[in-house]
Amino acid sequence: MRVEIVDGVIPAAEIVAEAKAGADGAVCVFDGIVRDNTRGRKTLHLDYEAYREMALEQMRALVTEAIERFGVRDVALVHRLGRLVVGETSVLVVVASAHRGAAFEACRWLIDTLKRTVPIWKKEQFVDGAVWADGEPFPEGVGVALATETVGQLADGKPFPEGGGVARAAVPVEKEPL
Amino acid sequence: MRVRVLFFGVLKEIFGTEDKVLDLQKGARVADLTAVLFEGRLGPEREWARSMAVAVNREYAKAEDTLQDGDEVALLPPVSGGGQ
Repeated sequence: MRVEIVDGVIPAAEIVAEAKAGADGAVCVFDGIVRDNTRGRKTLHLDYEAYREMALEQMRALVTEAIERFGVRDVALVHRLGRLVVGETSVLVVVASAHRGAAFEACRWLIDTLKRTVPIWKKEQFVDGAVWADGEPFPEGVGVALATETVGQLADGKPFPEGGGVARAAVPVEKEPL
Repeated sequence: MRVRVLFFGVLKEIFGTEDKVLDLQKGARVADLTAVLFEGRLGPEREWARSMAVAVNREYAKAEDTLQDGDEVALLPPVSGGGQ
């Protein structure tokens, strides 16, 4: 198991080569790279940031779960942070398994779950501005569901007035808020 | 009691800081902390309270979870790691 968050180039070929063992019949690789546009808007570069310690713990847990759930032999999961330009690898998923079916399934599950639960964010720098990429909604049970009516209390014990909860706003979420 | 709050992604820009220390009443829950933080924030800024997740000591937490003195609480906008 190789789980890393790195600040430099991900050595993809090396990681794939070292993932192979005699018992394997398949190695499935997902190489996530920086595309040159988002919805037709030309991308200059992406800046990735993470809640680093938590992201690493979450990635380790995902790999452990993938090995158990799909019965694959080994997994490498590496994510890069910082500024990446078009064509560079931001995330690499490598799954080694006796059979291809489990390798494909585990690889797909790993990248899809990482994109919904591992605390990493990217800001897209375009020719004409920058936005934080739309994240995918958190899975059921992960978001804190603050949409429930909440009346908070200040440190001195004074409750917020009616309407002071976090969930009263009725403005639709903007697709690109910044 | 005191907790340290970390802000990430767009929330770091909205709150204008990476972290801050908050004084809360003993027994305060995650929902109480976010109510304090989002008090007075309107419109699109406030909408992030609906879509974000909160982690306490690097584990995803629920609104009703009780905080302890010294906790590290992180406000996490929807994540967008991985490829595109």
